[in-house]
Amino acid sequence: MSLLEVRNLRIQFVTEEGETQAVDDISFFVDSGETVALVGESGSGKSVTALSLSRLVPTPPARYQGGQILFEGKDVLQFSKRQLQDLRGGKIAYVFQEPSTSLNPVFRVRNQIAEAIHLHRRDVQDVRAEILNILDLVGIRDPIRAMEAYPHQLSGGMQQRVMIAMALACRPKLLVADEPTTALDVTIQAQILNLLRELRKKLGMAVLLITHNFAIVSNLADRVLVMYRGKIVEQGPTQEVLHHPKHPYTQALLACIPKIGSMERRLTTIDHEALARMS
Amino acid sequence: MASYLIRRILYMVPIIFGVMVITFVLFFVVQSPTAMAKRILGPKAKPEAIQNWLHNRGYDKPRFINTQPGATWWDSQFVHQMKALATFDLGYSDATGESIARMFRQGAIPSLLITVPSFIFGFLISLSAALFFVFVRDSRTDLFGVILCVAMMSIPIQVYVIFGQWLIAVKTSYLPAFGFYLSGASTIKFLVLPVILYTLADLGGEVRLYRTIFLEEIHQEYVKTAQAKGVSPARVLFVHVLKNGMISIITLVVASLPFLIIGSLVLENFFGIPGLGNLTVNAIRTSDFAVVRTTVYLGSLLYLVGLLLTDICYAAVDPRIRFQ
Repeated sequence: MSLLEVRNLRIQFVTEEGETQAVDDISFFVDSGETVALVGESGSGKSVTALSLSRLVPTPPARYQGGQILFEGKDVLQFSKRQLQDLRGGKIAYVFQEPSTSLNPVFRVRNQIAEAIHLHRRDVQDVRAEILNILDLVGIRDPIRAMEAYPHQLSGGMQQRVMIAMALACRPKLLVADEPTTALDVTIQAQILNLLRELRKKLGMAVLLITHNFAIVSNLADRVLVMYRGKIVEQGPTQEVLHHPKHPYTQALLACIPKIGSMERRLTTIDHEALARMS
Repeated sequence: MASYLIRRILYMVPIIFGVMVITFVLFFVVQSPTAMAKRILGPKAKPEAIQNWLHNRGYDKPRFINTQPGATWWDSQFVHQMKALATFDLGYSDATGESIARMFRQGAIPSLLITVPSFIFGFLISLSAALFFVFVRDSRTDLFGVILCVAMMSIPIQVYVIFGQWLIAVKTSYLPAFGFYLSGASTIKFLVLPVILYTLADLGGEVRLYRTIFLEEIHQEYVKTAQAKGVSPARVLFVHVLKNGMISIITLVVASLPFLIIGSLVLENFFGIPGLGNLTVNAIRTSDFAVVRTTVYLGSLLYLVGLLLTDICYAAVDPRIRFQ
């Protein structure tokens, strides 16, 4: 049994402007300890998919129309509020794109991590020691200082480490990282990605990595899911998808990556009309 | 911090000076001191009596600058008045000769007895109602709440007062409709109706404002993080959102604190309460410039203190803000 198995999931957004099929009949799985990348352009439905795993997409405007989200064999779509709260943070934890706004500005780092521990790990005796431990784990050099800091007193990279620490505080089985490096400097990006790779090895958790950066995919992911207009159009082992893409959208997406030393004057873009005609 | 405060306090000086110049000019554009004396002393007053009256109050001096030979340039009405106000030597009423300091002390008590309870009840009720409507947001109850608030905002305070007096006092005669007598616990029966009406009149607007502030917070990213952590909806609202929203709310509230002492012009007039609001209205009516300028002076001082308190409060509750 897979850790996570999504079957025929469909999510619709109903707004005053009309209905949008954000997630259109997708199925995929994530095994324990494996890293799966979910790629696609903005608006393809990857973030909605990620949030829906613990039903974080607000209803309304969203509507879960059908399908199953099986986590450890149990359907999240049937969970009670209580079960959902235990699942969120406890089993599935999230790291979001923008650490500067994702942390609560008026609480100290210590309190924000402690909240997660209080919610899901009531057995922990020495919360302070545990916080220091986790901050050390995510590579923060001066954990005592960082613990007492407010988010705005830390750099972007440090803030993202704190977000990761908070996510890891409850020992989740699945870490969902929604574009965790998009808002960071390139050098910091590499540090955070290395950190994620190390942590996955150390803690043996599964990672669902949402990104539109293929360099990250090839570095980190065991398997790739390619999403386009709410559908998963291609999935497979990373090297196979990157080197032998089968779906025209994947091919187009890969062709868009600029290469250093290339003499082309214009960057390649995706011709959506042509793609729509094909599919 | 200290240098910031000193700088802010120094800024107050030119602002107050400007306010006082404008008040002084406006008041004497409307009427000359002689006309004022005639109004107060009556139409049949003798010219010597008027001259005497003007001389005793310093209104016979030049307005701004003394250009008479042999006199110092600052021996003028404006300079003398400013000097007195700056040292809080409030002087005497032009109309009655009463000590203005005493008038203000006496007037502040009834004003505060009405504004302070209204402020406390109003704040607690609006805050709870706003949190409740945010908790049930996008429901029918929330919609009903918004409609009710807008309706309450749209009714002017006079309507509340007249309807309240008619319903509680005239129709059922539980409470006096009018008047005020300060005497221990029995004063309460004069306070209940004005306090309730003053609270009600502001309620709609405040609930709506607080609700908007909290709704703005609830769409922030950190709320999504808290939910993703498994925090319950109640805790998200009452811990994460409340603390952030309170930054804006406390600031608004603190800015309004100094005005409590001034009281409500409308309410005190309708209920015949001898507070500072009534005092001001009467002073304007009787051309009592001494009282008017003191009220304007103290009022603008309070306003500036309110603004300063707001900034201090901001720095105290929001860790991101530091004095510079």
